[in-house]
Amino acid sequence: MAVTGEYVVLNIAFQTVFALGLALLMYHVAKSTLIRGIILLPYLIANVVVALLWFWMLDYQIGIVNQVIEWMGLPRIAFFGNETWAIPTIAFVNVWRHMGYTALLLFAGLQAIPRHVYEVAALDGAGPWKTFWKITLPLLRPILVLVLVVTVIGSFQIFDTVAVTTGGGPVNASRVIQMYIFDKAFTEQEFGYASALASVLFVVIGIVAFLQMKFLRGNESELD
Amino acid sequence: MTTTQKTTVPPARKRTTTGRSVPPQSHRPKAPLNWGKISAWAVLTLAILITVVPFLWMIRTALSSNHSLAANSASLLPADFSWGAFKRVLGMQSAEEALAEGGSGAAINFWLYLRNSFIVSTMVTVCQVFFSALAAYAFARLKWPGREKVFTFFLATLLVPPIFTALPNFLLIKNLGMLNTFLGIALPSMLMTPFAIFFLRQFFMGMSREMDEAAKLDGASHVRIFFQVIMPNAVGPIATLSLLTFIASWNEYFWPLLVAQEENVRVLTVGLSVFKSQSPQGAPDWSGLMAATLIAALPILILLIAFGKKVVNSIGFSGIK
Repeated sequence: MAVTGEYVVLNIAFQTVFALGLALLMYHVAKSTLIRGIILLPYLIANVVVALLWFWMLDYQIGIVNQVIEWMGLPRIAFFGNETWAIPTIAFVNVWRHMGYTALLLFAGLQAIPRHVYEVAALDGAGPWKTFWKITLPLLRPILVLVLVVTVIGSFQIFDTVAVTTGGGPVNASRVIQMYIFDKAFTEQEFGYASALASVLFVVIGIVAFLQMKFLRGNESELD
Repeated sequence: MTTTQKTTVPPARKRTTTGRSVPPQSHRPKAPLNWGKISAWAVLTLAILITVVPFLWMIRTALSSNHSLAANSASLLPADFSWGAFKRVLGMQSAEEALAEGGSGAAINFWLYLRNSFIVSTMVTVCQVFFSALAAYAFARLKWPGREKVFTFFLATLLVPPIFTALPNFLLIKNLGMLNTFLGIALPSMLMTPFAIFFLRQFFMGMSREMDEAAKLDGASHVRIFFQVIMPNAVGPIATLSLLTFIASWNEYFWPLLVAQEENVRVLTVGLSVFKSQSPQGAPDWSGLMAATLIAALPILILLIAFGKKVVNSIGFSGIK
């Protein structure tokens, strides 16, 4: 469960920040459907495919990423084979896959912010930085919270990527909760125990979603 | 609006309507604005590259031959171009040939998995969209006590993690004797999903009521209204939903892994992981693996190229109420 927690925190933090950045960029300079389509591409490809693709690119011996790392004069990294790197690597792979999708959701949210609010801010002489913190972020909050709730629920259920790449290893370093449940039920035939774990996971997800909604006031809007 | 248009004709008014927070006064803020634009484009281009390059790398590896990969691991073009990997993955190579090219030699047939994935995804898509449309009709067009409450409850089930239902579903399918059948793989997602109902209900509610009222006056039953008034008018949303459902079902891994281990019903995603685990430990069959992943991703890529706009536009919709 701690492993899952580490994964969720890493995954959500990076994914949300990158996606918000991308959404802002698209909103300001490029609204074309083509760019949005390209950005969305990884999300539409199966988890298993994405996992294998990165498993190859991050290979210790001849993966392209390690070639680049070595070319920059740094030591190679065993991304999937090292206990400290396994979870951050898996989190990164999923950030790559989900970033575009999250960005598109936020992009839609940005478009819902009325233009005149920005115009007033500009008249009052607010710079881009101030506009972002005082206008964009507060007005985007309901969407942002919704996106956060959905992505957090999703990332608690990380399984495919782990199953295909590390299988929970090395030495349980990436044994996320769903992997554990799967092993209990189908390798060790302990269906009752596995079902209990699944129920606990359900309750945890429910509590996390509820807390997010409550503390981030997701269902209130500043627009009215 | 592009950057070039802006620099040549700078209408001071227009700039504010683009949403940039630049005071609409003189030519002074033009320079920082353009620097901002250039760096924004640079970052965006970088993001697009990060998205696209892995796919190019996948194609490049799939067209390489295994033995040359190690020596030319950084060249951008395929190392020692060969179709061998595709032949191997599609079961068109004998075991000896496959071994000689660095494969595992175990029989693998992605044609079969491709077909299986296709059957399952089609079953799921057709049934799920149809049943969800029926339910959405009831939620959008019929008046009955408790409708809103039932709908809210339905939507709330979106929060239930799939693993929570997967275990009991597995026992159910097992007791029904449907392990390793196409029906067993498809059944849990064949009926309806809250998302699909929500998606269609939204459109059904927006349709004008005059038509079905006219139909009702003419004595048409609900069945008739549904098939002859509602459905023909909702072709667009139904096509979009079908597309999304098909993609989701194509990419599903966890459930088929549980219920369909046997070769003859194995779907692509499961086939891929099996192929990976068969691959020799020390020197994996990278080009074979990449050829296989490419085959698995190809139908989705084709769908995206053909109907990209529909998919992209539906994403914004699904996020906002």
